[in-house]
Amino acid sequence: MILALLLMLALTPPPDSTEVLSESVVTAFRPPDKIIPAQTLQGERLERLNALSVADAIRYFSGVQIKDYGGIGGLKTINVRSMGTQHVGVFYDGIQLGNAQNGQIDLGKYSLENLESVTLYNGQKGTAVQSAKDYASASAVYLQSRTPVFSGRKRTNLKATLAGGSFGTVNPSVLWEQKMGENVSSSLSAEYLYTTGRYKFTYSKRDGYDTTAVRQNGDVRALRVEQGFYGRIPDGNWRVKLYFYDSERGYPGAFVRQEPGKFRHEDRQWDTDFFTQGSLYKEWGDWHLNASFKYAYDYLHYLSDPRLDVSTMYVDNRYRQQEAYLSLAQSWDIFSWWDVDLAGDWQFNTLDADLVNFVYPSRHTLLTALSTSFRWTHLKLQGSLLHTFVDDNAREAGAAAEHRHEWTPTAVLQLIPFDNKNLTFRAFYKRIFRMPTLNDLYYTFIGNKYLKPEFSTQYNVGLTWDKHWIRGVFRKLNVTLDAYYNQVENKIIATPASNQFQWTMVNLGLVGIRGVDAAVGTSLVLGPASADLRATYTFQKAQDFTDPQSPWYGGQIPYIPWHSGSFVAGIDYGRWHLNYSFIYTGERYEAVANIPENHAQPWYTSDLSLSRNFALGRHELKGTLEVNNIFNQQYEVVQCYPMPGTNFRLILSWIL
Amino acid sequence: MKPMEPIRYLTCILVAALLFTGCREPEDIIPSTQTGVGSGDAGDIAGFFLLNEGNMGSNKCTLDYYDYATGIYVKNIYAERNPGVVQELGDVGNDLAIYGSKLWVVVNCSNLIEVMDAATARHIGQISIPNCRYIVFKDGYAYVSSYAGPVETDPNYRLGYVARIDTTTLQVKDTCVVGYQPEEMVIVGNKLYVANSGGYRVPDYDHTVSVIDLDSFKELGKIDVAPNLHRMELDAYGNIWVSSRGDYYDIKPMTFIIDTKYDAVVEQLDLLACSDMTLCGDSLYVYSNAWNNFTQTSDVNYAIVDVKTRQVLTRHFITDGTENWFQNPYGIAVNPNTHEIFVTDARDYITPGKVYCYSPEGRLKWSANTGDIPSRIVFTHTPLLR
Repeated sequence: MILALLLMLALTPPPDSTEVLSESVVTAFRPPDKIIPAQTLQGERLERLNALSVADAIRYFSGVQIKDYGGIGGLKTINVRSMGTQHVGVFYDGIQLGNAQNGQIDLGKYSLENLESVTLYNGQKGTAVQSAKDYASASAVYLQSRTPVFSGRKRTNLKATLAGGSFGTVNPSVLWEQKMGENVSSSLSAEYLYTTGRYKFTYSKRDGYDTTAVRQNGDVRALRVEQGFYGRIPDGNWRVKLYFYDSERGYPGAFVRQEPGKFRHEDRQWDTDFFTQGSLYKEWGDWHLNASFKYAYDYLHYLSDPRLDVSTMYVDNRYRQQEAYLSLAQSWDIFSWWDVDLAGDWQFNTLDADLVNFVYPSRHTLLTALSTSFRWTHLKLQGSLLHTFVDDNAREAGAAAEHRHEWTPTAVLQLIPFDNKNLTFRAFYKRIFRMPTLNDLYYTFIGNKYLKPEFSTQYNVGLTWDKHWIRGVFRKLNVTLDAYYNQVENKIIATPASNQFQWTMVNLGLVGIRGVDAAVGTSLVLGPASADLRATYTFQKAQDFTDPQSPWYGGQIPYIPWHSGSFVAGIDYGRWHLNYSFIYTGERYEAVANIPENHAQPWYTSDLSLSRNFALGRHELKGTLEVNNIFNQQYEVVQCYPMPGTNFRLILSWIL
Repeated sequence: MKPMEPIRYLTCILVAALLFTGCREPEDIIPSTQTGVGSGDAGDIAGFFLLNEGNMGSNKCTLDYYDYATGIYVKNIYAERNPGVVQELGDVGNDLAIYGSKLWVVVNCSNLIEVMDAATARHIGQISIPNCRYIVFKDGYAYVSSYAGPVETDPNYRLGYVARIDTTTLQVKDTCVVGYQPEEMVIVGNKLYVANSGGYRVPDYDHTVSVIDLDSFKELGKIDVAPNLHRMELDAYGNIWVSSRGDYYDIKPMTFIIDTKYDAVVEQLDLLACSDMTLCGDSLYVYSNAWNNFTQTSDVNYAIVDVKTRQVLTRHFITDGTENWFQNPYGIAVNPNTHEIFVTDARDYITPGKVYCYSPEGRLKWSANTGDIPSRIVFTHTPLLR
């Protein structure tokens, strides 16, 4: 049916129309903010990706692996260039989302509903004034929520959306933007999500068993409410945000051999997250200043109850995290081609948990970044040096780790050899570390307070070729190519203590990663239709060099495919939009022993969406039908966590 | 070029891409792998089965087989012999035994006991027991310890039980509630002894052995021993050797002796930490891999104890220095005919382990790669058919 639609769309003569097609931005490298290039998805492109959460969208970037435990409620974390989840900073409206407890941000929890753009930087962002935290991770994802824009004399923007589909999913949301004065506006975004999380999946072997089951206990109920205020001041602006998220979800657990239908995972988790954050930006001539603050409170309750699932151990734990954060960043343009930036951040984290023998850790982090950049027509250079001071405290004497000072540098070079600026060469070097998380250090029985930070070193060379045409079929062609070598030292890994149920954390890993990221994007105009195409390809050889005595020395690290890629095609035709997205993840291994027992098959999914806009006077309606995994491929991203087969989503939006 | 031409092209490309992406071959059943390690004569013992636990949540419990006559070590025999069993052997194999003509595997996180024909390793049946741990046999019945007893008012205090299974019909006939998180068992005459660990109640461990009368299948009483009990071995003199894992902080792991004539602890062996043990004649082979949370280190030791004199005969039954190769010793067995010593190394638990075969004098004869977390070994008198 979808194919038929596609064919119809392609082959039916278009209605006689002279209307100008709206310009759409391809997912492509943004013009460099300063020096460092990035991959970004924004606006319409982002909206059309059949993506429910940020995690679904990020899969289309090159160099990225998403670990996905399946379903809407399953944990989804990002790993950039195989350095590990905890090396990726995730920023929401410019301020980092923290999780001092385990360093993981569940990108499945962040909805795309009110996001304007998602951007991935390898290395670090390079904007005019940035906080010290912007220098402090090996790579970073920036989620930018929509800033109110009012056209003409409008004072109110309203958008109401109702989405629903497979797995009993209901997802209403509302966005209300209000102009409160000449220079102040507000935005209220609220969203509710419910899904049963039930989906059929099949496990089969050639000439062997073939079984189909239904994923149980994967239900999610989540509410998100966000209130933002945005203001302009002379030569500057400010913004303040309040964010509230409340959810309950079941854990479907690993799908392992069981007597069918006899035992059901009943583990549940409740999350309540709140944060408020704000920033102020102001220019005084050549001097730019940015001040930010954040306070966050995260509550997590985990329950595993043998009264519901007889096979389980009773676990009923509550974790409370708090974070306070202040940042002051300034930049001084000494000349138009030379600036110096200085930023200082302070962060305070606490973790409270009702665990046996818990030490109630807290952590102060002071970051200072000094950075300078030179910008000439054909050459741009940036160098930065970050100092990090970490001081942990614990309620019990002697339980806290020693304080730490670390200095980490970054150097970036950009070369634009020709005057037409079509071709750009770049190179960067970055050394950074991630602190052991509070769990790594202090989790009862497992934590190890003697852990050292985990360091990563990145070397990257690359090029971008970008060309635009005013007429003809091809309007835009963008090619990027990067090659890199990364090394992760003192990798923090869990190692068994004396039996299956007892593990501890150690600094015992050395990983070397060689990779190539490539992307090609193009825009075509074909009479009344226009199309955007983008393809990415990633090659990664990520090897474990931990133990030269091990028979698995040099093996590809778990879950990193040698080859992966994506393809996205978007076609606009009058008021119709068709989008096809394809993701490919090549063969990989589930353990560093690259043997048949650990082999994981490649998987690839195709998603289609078709949408149409309707104008109703001053109102606008938009309807979208999505079909995901149209070939019903049965696959796993993580061992024993089956992913959904073919599924549907219908989205209706009303815009005032 | 007419405006529609490129759209047609694009459509063709898209259709081709869709067709290409449509189908995927089903996965193959993982075949066994054979390694020649050297043959030998072990009298009426034809070979042994080795159980690999597989890491929790990975569904990678596997079974290996060594054959004395051919000297071939076969890794991962279950899947190819039982292609129809959904998800192979299961998740975390905890115990392995042969009783009569059947081979039994207690698959802890799959909540079932897999029963196979010992001559073919083919599936006969399965018995569902939640959180099942260990298995022993007597007079046509199998006895399985399980953590999943009735939940009283406070779910933190949940007793375990022992299930009695008819080995012919594979039906659970009865259950008997014991202490907290029961582990290994031994049967002496008409009494079953089970070591209660209380592992789910950290730091409030259980410290008792439950005694069950097999006639009434009721708990007769409890013997107070030490915290966090685990292993049990019965010697020829009616004494049960029982290991305590301690609390991983101040209370050290050690071994206790229960005299079944009095059902009381008669000796405490402070210097004999025990992760696992096996008896051959009067020689008790013990290894320990004891973790301490204060020092964040493991202390690995070996010993042979004479169960008659209760004296440690040696602290080194491996004499060629190869114990230094072990990362995490995890299982031990001694061939009663040849007195060869087998030690398994679970390495880092997430990659394949190894089994080492030593001569009675403690010199390495051969080693072979196993599945993940090799643990239990049982010797078989009937050679495994192809």
